[in-house]
Amino acid sequence: MTGKQPFEAVVTQHGATVLRVCRAILGPADADDAWSETFLAAMRAYPDLPPDANVEAWLVTIAHRKAIDVTRAAARRAVPVAQPPDGTQAAPADSLDGDLTEAVASLPAKQKQAVAYHYLAGLPYAEIAAIVGGTTEAVRRAAADGIATLRRTCASTASTTTVRRNP
Amino acid sequence: MSTDDLSQVLRRAFPDTPDTESDLRRLHAGLAAAAQHHGILDVAYRTVDSPVGPLLLAATEAGLVRIAYQTEDHDEVLQALADRVSPRVLNAPARLDQPARELDEYFAGQRRSFDLPLDWRLSAGFRRAVLSRLADIPYGQTASYAAAAALAGSPKAVRAAATACATNPLPVVVPCHRVIYADGRIGRYLGGPEAKRTLLTLEAA
Repeated sequence: MTGKQPFEAVVTQHGATVLRVCRAILGPADADDAWSETFLAAMRAYPDLPPDANVEAWLVTIAHRKAIDVTRAAARRAVPVAQPPDGTQAAPADSLDGDLTEAVASLPAKQKQAVAYHYLAGLPYAEIAAIVGGTTEAVRRAAADGIATLRRTCASTASTTTVRRNP
Repeated sequence: MSTDDLSQVLRRAFPDTPDTESDLRRLHAGLAAAAQHHGILDVAYRTVDSPVGPLLLAATEAGLVRIAYQTEDHDEVLQALADRVSPRVLNAPARLDQPARELDEYFAGQRRSFDLPLDWRLSAGFRRAVLSRLADIPYGQTASYAAAAALAGSPKAVRAAATACATNPLPVVVPCHRVIYADGRIGRYLGGPEAKRTLLTLEAA
Protein backbone atom coordinates (compact mmCIF):
# COMPACT_ATOMS: atom_id res chain seq x y z
CA MET A 1 0.00 0.00 0.00
CA THR A 2 1.30 3.43 -0.91
CA GLY A 3 0.16 6.23 1.36
CA LYS A 4 1.27 9.76 1.90
CA GLN A 5 4.50 10.79 0.22
CA PRO A 6 7.55 11.52 2.40
CA PHE A 7 7.48 15.04 3.85
CA GLU A 8 10.73 15.77 2.01
CA ALA A 9 8.74 15.65 -1.25
CA VAL A 10 6.28 18.21 0.15
CA VAL A 11 9.15 20.60 0.91
CA THR A 12 10.70 20.00 -2.52
CA GLN A 13 7.47 20.51 -4.42
CA HIS A 14 6.02 23.46 -2.49
CA GLY A 15 8.95 25.16 -0.75
CA ALA A 16 9.52 27.74 -3.47
CA THR A 17 5.85 28.67 -3.81
CA VAL A 18 5.42 29.08 -0.07
CA LEU A 19 8.55 31.26 0.07
CA ARG A 20 7.21 33.42 -2.77
CA VAL A 21 3.89 33.83 -0.96
CA CYS A 22 5.62 34.68 2.33
CA ARG A 23 7.77 37.27 0.56
CA ALA A 24 4.71 38.83 -1.07
CA ILE A 25 2.75 38.98 2.18
CA LEU A 26 5.55 39.96 4.58
CA GLY A 27 8.47 41.26 2.56
CA PRO A 28 11.84 39.49 2.38
CA ALA A 29 12.96 40.32 5.92
CA ASP A 30 10.23 38.34 7.70
CA ALA A 31 9.55 35.76 4.98
CA ASP A 32 12.20 33.30 6.20
CA ASP A 33 10.67 33.13 9.68
CA ALA A 34 7.19 32.59 8.26
CA TRP A 35 8.47 29.87 5.89
CA SER A 36 10.26 28.06 8.72
CA GLU A 37 7.28 28.29 11.07
CA THR A 38 4.97 27.11 8.30
CA PHE A 39 6.92 23.99 7.40
CA LEU A 40 7.64 23.09 11.02
CA ALA A 41 3.91 23.29 11.85
CA ALA A 42 3.06 21.43 8.64
CA MET A 43 5.53 18.64 9.44
CA ARG A 44 4.08 18.32 12.94
CA ALA A 45 0.53 17.95 11.59
CA TYR A 46 1.44 15.97 8.44
CA PRO A 47 0.62 12.45 9.73
CA ASP A 48 -2.97 13.60 10.41
CA LEU A 49 -3.49 15.27 7.04
CA PRO A 50 -6.08 13.34 4.99
CA PRO A 51 -4.34 11.55 2.09
CA ASP A 52 -6.56 13.27 -0.51
CA ALA A 53 -6.01 16.80 0.88
CA ASN A 54 -4.85 19.63 -1.40
CA VAL A 55 -1.35 20.01 0.05
CA GLU A 56 -0.68 23.45 -1.48
CA ALA A 57 -3.92 24.93 -0.11
CA TRP A 58 -3.15 23.37 3.27
CA LEU A 59 0.35 24.91 3.29
CA VAL A 60 -0.97 28.34 2.27
CA THR A 61 -3.53 28.10 5.08
CA ILE A 62 -0.74 27.50 7.58
CA ALA A 63 1.45 30.20 5.99
CA HIS A 64 -1.46 32.66 6.22
CA ARG A 65 -1.76 32.08 9.97
CA LYS A 66 2.01 32.20 10.50
CA ALA A 67 2.23 35.45 8.51
CA ILE A 68 -0.38 36.98 10.81
CA ASP A 69 1.67 35.83 13.83
CA VAL A 70 4.86 37.25 12.35
CA THR A 71 3.15 40.56 11.51
CA ARG A 72 1.82 40.87 15.07
CA ALA A 73 5.19 40.03 16.58
CA ALA A 74 6.85 42.58 14.29
CA ALA A 75 4.26 45.20 15.27
CA ARG A 76 5.05 44.61 18.95
CA ARG A 77 8.78 44.81 18.29
CA ALA A 78 8.33 47.95 16.18
CA VAL A 79 6.64 50.02 18.92
CA PRO A 80 9.73 51.95 20.05
CA VAL A 81 10.92 52.54 16.47
CA ALA A 82 8.69 54.76 14.40
CA GLN A 83 10.63 54.50 11.14
CA PRO A 84 11.26 51.09 9.55
CA PRO A 85 14.94 50.65 8.73
CA ASP A 86 15.95 51.34 5.16
CA GLY A 87 17.09 48.62 2.83
CA THR A 88 14.96 45.81 4.24
CA GLN A 89 13.18 45.62 0.91
CA ALA A 90 15.73 44.05 -1.43
CA ALA A 91 14.40 45.24 -4.76
CA PRO A 92 15.12 43.10 -7.82
CA ALA A 93 17.46 44.73 -10.32
CA ASP A 94 14.76 45.21 -12.94
CA SER A 95 13.00 48.44 -12.01
CA LEU A 96 9.56 47.27 -13.15
CA ASP A 97 9.82 44.17 -10.99
CA GLY A 98 11.22 46.23 -8.12
CA ASP A 99 8.35 48.70 -8.34
CA LEU A 100 5.91 45.84 -8.49
CA THR A 101 7.43 44.26 -5.38
CA GLU A 102 6.92 47.52 -3.57
CA ALA A 103 3.45 47.98 -4.98
CA VAL A 104 2.45 44.53 -3.72
CA ALA A 105 3.92 45.37 -0.31
CA SER A 106 1.80 48.54 -0.15
CA LEU A 107 -1.49 46.82 -0.96
CA PRO A 108 -4.10 46.56 1.83
CA ALA A 109 -3.80 43.17 3.59
CA LYS A 110 -6.93 41.60 2.06
CA GLN A 111 -5.90 42.58 -1.47
CA LYS A 112 -2.34 41.43 -0.92
CA GLN A 113 -3.54 38.04 0.35
CA ALA A 114 -6.01 37.60 -2.50
CA VAL A 115 -3.38 38.51 -5.10
CA ALA A 116 -0.62 36.35 -3.57
CA TYR A 117 -2.74 33.26 -2.93
CA HIS A 118 -4.42 33.42 -6.33
CA TYR A 119 -1.64 34.59 -8.63
CA LEU A 120 1.43 33.19 -6.85
CA ALA A 121 0.06 30.03 -5.21
CA GLY A 122 -2.57 29.41 -7.88
CA LEU A 123 -5.45 28.80 -5.47
CA PRO A 124 -9.04 29.33 -6.65
CA TYR A 125 -10.99 32.18 -5.02
CA ALA A 126 -13.31 29.80 -3.12
CA GLU A 127 -10.28 28.14 -1.55
CA ILE A 128 -8.85 31.54 -0.58
CA ALA A 129 -12.16 32.61 0.97
CA ALA A 130 -12.01 29.54 3.18
CA ILE A 131 -8.52 30.59 4.31
CA VAL A 132 -8.96 34.34 4.86
CA GLY A 133 -12.69 34.40 5.71
CA GLY A 134 -15.48 36.22 3.91
CA THR A 135 -17.17 35.31 0.66
CA THR A 136 -15.67 34.06 -2.59
CA GLU A 137 -17.03 37.20 -4.27
CA ALA A 138 -15.29 39.46 -1.73
CA VAL A 139 -11.99 37.70 -2.38
CA ARG A 140 -12.49 38.00 -6.14
CA ARG A 141 -13.15 41.74 -5.70
CA ALA A 142 -10.12 42.20 -3.43
CA ALA A 143 -7.91 40.47 -6.02
CA ALA A 144 -9.37 42.61 -8.81
CA ASP A 145 -8.79 45.82 -6.83
CA GLY A 146 -5.25 44.77 -6.01
CA ILE A 147 -4.54 43.85 -9.62
CA ALA A 148 -5.94 47.22 -10.76
CA THR A 149 -3.48 49.00 -8.47
CA LEU A 150 -0.59 46.85 -9.71
CA ARG A 151 -1.62 47.47 -13.31
CA ARG A 152 -1.44 51.23 -12.69
CA THR A 153 2.04 50.77 -11.19
CA CYS A 154 3.15 48.80 -14.24
CA ALA A 155 1.66 51.38 -16.60
CA SER A 156 3.35 54.34 -14.91
CA THR A 157 6.69 52.53 -14.67
CA ALA A 158 6.49 51.30 -18.24
CA SER A 159 5.88 54.84 -19.46
CA THR A 160 9.10 56.10 -17.86
CA THR A 161 11.43 53.16 -18.39
CA THR A 162 12.12 50.68 -21.13
CA VAL A 163 10.37 47.46 -20.24
CA ARG A 164 12.55 44.48 -20.96
CA ARG A 165 11.71 40.84 -20.71
CA ASN A 166 14.36 38.68 -19.11
CA PRO A 167 16.60 37.24 -21.85
CA MET B 1 -1.58 44.16 -20.18
CA SER B 2 -3.65 40.98 -19.86
CA THR B 3 -4.20 39.20 -16.57
CA ASP B 4 -1.95 36.38 -17.77
CA ASP B 5 0.84 38.84 -18.46
CA LEU B 6 0.39 40.39 -15.05
CA SER B 7 0.50 36.95 -13.47
CA GLN B 8 3.83 36.37 -15.21
CA VAL B 9 5.15 39.74 -14.17
CA LEU B 10 4.04 39.05 -10.58
CA ARG B 11 5.98 35.80 -10.61
CA ARG B 12 8.99 37.73 -11.86
CA ALA B 13 8.58 40.23 -9.03
CA PHE B 14 8.93 37.27 -6.64
CA PRO B 15 11.25 35.12 -8.74
CA ASP B 16 12.94 31.78 -8.25
CA THR B 17 16.50 32.98 -8.70
CA PRO B 18 19.70 31.08 -7.92
CA ASP B 19 19.53 33.04 -4.65
CA THR B 20 16.12 31.52 -4.01
CA GLU B 21 17.62 28.06 -4.45
CA SER B 22 20.34 28.71 -1.91
CA ASP B 23 17.79 30.39 0.39
CA LEU B 24 15.65 27.27 0.16
CA ARG B 25 18.64 25.04 0.93
CA ARG B 26 19.40 27.14 4.00
CA LEU B 27 15.74 27.12 5.09
CA HIS B 28 15.58 23.35 4.55
CA ALA B 29 18.63 22.82 6.76
CA GLY B 30 17.02 25.04 9.41
CA LEU B 31 13.82 23.02 9.17
CA ALA B 32 15.73 19.76 9.65
CA ALA B 33 17.44 21.15 12.77
CA ALA B 34 14.16 22.52 14.17
CA ALA B 35 12.33 19.24 13.47
CA GLN B 36 15.08 17.33 15.28
CA HIS B 37 14.94 19.79 18.19
CA HIS B 38 11.14 19.44 18.48
CA GLY B 39 11.24 15.64 18.28
CA ILE B 40 9.23 15.37 15.05
CA LEU B 41 12.03 14.18 12.76
CA ASP B 42 10.75 10.60 12.65
CA VAL B 43 12.99 9.49 9.77
CA ALA B 44 16.18 11.33 8.78
CA TYR B 45 18.07 10.26 5.68
CA ARG B 46 21.02 11.05 3.47
CA THR B 47 22.92 9.34 0.69
CA VAL B 48 26.63 8.51 0.75
CA ASP B 49 28.95 7.40 -2.03
CA SER B 50 30.66 4.06 -1.64
CA PRO B 51 32.60 1.49 -3.69
CA VAL B 52 29.28 -0.36 -4.12
CA GLY B 53 27.44 2.71 -5.40
CA PRO B 54 25.39 5.38 -3.67
CA LEU B 55 23.84 4.14 -0.43
CA LEU B 56 20.74 5.59 1.16
CA LEU B 57 21.02 5.75 4.96
CA ALA B 58 17.92 6.33 7.08
CA ALA B 59 17.63 6.57 10.86
CA THR B 60 14.86 6.99 13.40
CA GLU B 61 15.42 8.41 16.88
CA ALA B 62 16.16 4.82 17.92
CA GLY B 63 18.93 4.23 15.41
CA LEU B 64 19.83 3.24 11.88
CA VAL B 65 16.70 1.72 10.33
CA ARG B 66 17.52 1.28 6.64
CA ILE B 67 20.45 1.09 4.25
CA ALA B 68 19.49 0.80 0.59
CA TYR B 69 21.41 0.09 -2.58
CA GLN B 70 20.58 2.13 -5.65
CA THR B 71 19.20 -1.03 -7.28
CA GLU B 72 16.35 -0.86 -4.76
CA ASP B 73 15.31 2.63 -6.06
CA HIS B 74 15.82 5.18 -3.30
CA ASP B 75 12.51 6.96 -3.99
CA GLU B 76 10.63 3.71 -3.49
CA VAL B 77 12.59 3.00 -0.32
CA LEU B 78 11.70 6.46 1.07
CA GLN B 79 8.04 5.88 0.19
CA ALA B 80 8.15 2.53 1.99
CA LEU B 81 9.66 4.26 5.06
CA ALA B 82 6.85 6.84 4.93
CA ASP B 83 4.30 4.03 4.78
CA ARG B 84 5.82 1.73 7.39
CA VAL B 85 7.50 4.09 9.87
CA SER B 86 6.19 7.67 9.47
CA PRO B 87 5.60 10.16 6.64
CA ARG B 88 7.73 12.68 8.58
CA VAL B 89 10.75 11.84 6.43
CA LEU B 90 13.34 14.53 5.81
CA ASN B 91 16.72 14.74 4.11
CA ALA B 92 18.61 15.57 7.32
CA PRO B 93 22.25 14.46 7.19
CA ALA B 94 23.27 15.29 10.77
CA ARG B 95 21.67 12.19 12.32
CA LEU B 96 23.55 10.02 9.83
CA ASP B 97 26.99 11.51 10.53
CA GLN B 98 28.21 8.60 12.64
CA PRO B 99 26.89 5.82 10.36
CA ALA B 100 28.39 7.64 7.36
CA ARG B 101 31.75 7.94 9.12
CA GLU B 102 31.82 4.27 10.16
CA LEU B 103 30.89 3.17 6.63
CA ASP B 104 33.71 5.33 5.24
CA GLU B 105 36.12 3.65 7.63
CA TYR B 106 34.78 0.21 6.71
CA PHE B 107 35.18 0.81 2.98
CA ALA B 108 38.69 2.17 3.61
CA GLY B 109 39.54 -1.14 5.32
CA GLN B 110 39.99 0.59 8.66
CA ARG B 111 36.95 -0.83 10.45
CA ARG B 112 35.95 -4.46 10.99
CA SER B 113 32.74 -4.05 12.96
CA PHE B 114 30.10 -1.38 13.39
CA ASP B 115 29.28 0.29 16.64
CA LEU B 116 25.90 1.86 15.85
CA PRO B 117 22.47 1.84 17.45
CA LEU B 118 20.17 -0.12 15.12
CA ASP B 119 16.39 0.16 14.81
CA TRP B 120 15.20 -3.36 13.91
CA ARG B 121 11.56 -2.47 13.33
CA LEU B 122 11.60 -3.35 9.63
CA SER B 123 12.30 -7.01 10.29
CA ALA B 124 10.47 -9.36 12.62
CA GLY B 125 10.27 -12.93 13.81
CA PHE B 126 12.72 -15.51 12.52
CA ARG B 127 14.17 -13.14 9.93
CA ARG B 128 15.10 -10.74 12.67
CA ALA B 129 16.53 -13.59 14.74
CA VAL B 130 18.78 -14.55 11.83
CA LEU B 131 19.85 -11.00 10.99
CA SER B 132 20.61 -10.09 14.57
CA ARG B 133 23.12 -13.00 14.77
CA LEU B 134 24.95 -12.35 11.49
CA ALA B 135 27.48 -10.06 13.18
CA ASP B 136 28.70 -13.26 14.88
CA ILE B 137 30.25 -14.26 11.54
CA PRO B 138 33.71 -12.67 11.82
CA TYR B 139 34.96 -10.05 9.39
CA GLY B 140 36.70 -11.67 6.45
CA GLN B 141 34.95 -15.02 6.88
CA THR B 142 31.84 -16.56 5.36
CA ALA B 143 29.14 -18.93 6.56
CA SER B 144 26.59 -21.09 4.77
CA TYR B 145 22.86 -20.42 4.87
CA ALA B 146 22.55 -23.54 7.03
CA ALA B 147 25.08 -22.08 9.46
CA ALA B 148 23.13 -18.81 9.51
CA ALA B 149 19.97 -20.76 10.31
CA ALA B 150 21.82 -22.59 13.07
CA LEU B 151 23.03 -19.28 14.53
CA ALA B 152 19.37 -18.33 14.96
CA GLY B 153 18.65 -21.66 16.68
CA SER B 154 16.84 -23.44 13.80
CA PRO B 155 19.46 -25.35 11.78
CA LYS B 156 16.83 -26.80 9.42
CA ALA B 157 15.30 -23.44 8.44
CA VAL B 158 17.81 -22.90 5.64
CA ARG B 159 15.34 -21.45 3.14
CA ALA B 160 13.96 -19.05 5.78
CA ALA B 161 17.51 -17.96 6.62
CA ALA B 162 18.11 -17.25 2.93
CA THR B 163 14.93 -15.15 2.82
CA ALA B 164 16.08 -13.26 5.91
CA CYS B 165 19.35 -12.39 4.17
CA ALA B 166 17.55 -11.40 0.97
CA THR B 167 15.30 -8.97 2.88
CA ASN B 168 17.98 -7.49 5.15
CA PRO B 169 16.96 -3.83 5.73
CA LEU B 170 20.49 -2.97 6.92
CA PRO B 171 22.94 -4.48 4.41
CA VAL B 172 26.71 -3.96 4.92
CA VAL B 173 26.24 -3.05 8.60
CA VAL B 174 24.33 -6.29 9.20
CA PRO B 175 26.71 -8.53 7.22
CA CYS B 176 24.39 -10.75 5.17
CA HIS B 177 27.07 -10.59 2.47
CA ARG B 178 29.09 -13.07 4.57
CA VAL B 179 26.45 -15.73 4.01
CA ILE B 180 27.04 -17.79 0.86
CA TYR B 181 26.17 -21.23 -0.51
CA ALA B 182 27.89 -24.21 1.12
CA ASP B 183 29.45 -25.11 -2.25
CA GLY B 184 31.12 -21.69 -2.45
CA ARG B 185 28.73 -20.03 -4.92
CA ILE B 186 28.22 -16.45 -3.84
CA GLY B 187 24.40 -16.44 -3.91
CA ARG B 188 21.92 -13.66 -4.38
CA TYR B 189 22.33 -10.18 -2.91
CA LEU B 190 20.11 -7.11 -2.73
CA GLY B 191 22.83 -4.91 -4.14
CA GLY B 192 23.64 -7.42 -6.87
CA PRO B 193 26.30 -10.23 -6.85
CA GLU B 194 28.98 -7.73 -7.90
CA ALA B 195 28.44 -5.69 -4.72
CA LYS B 196 28.58 -8.85 -2.62
CA ARG B 197 31.84 -9.86 -4.26
CA THR B 198 33.27 -6.35 -3.70
CA LEU B 199 32.51 -6.55 0.04
CA LEU B 200 33.96 -10.05 0.41
CA THR B 201 37.08 -9.03 -1.52
CA LEU B 202 37.47 -5.94 0.65
CA GLU B 203 37.21 -8.04 3.81
CA ALA B 204 39.62 -10.70 2.50
CA ALA B 205 42.34 -8.10 1.86
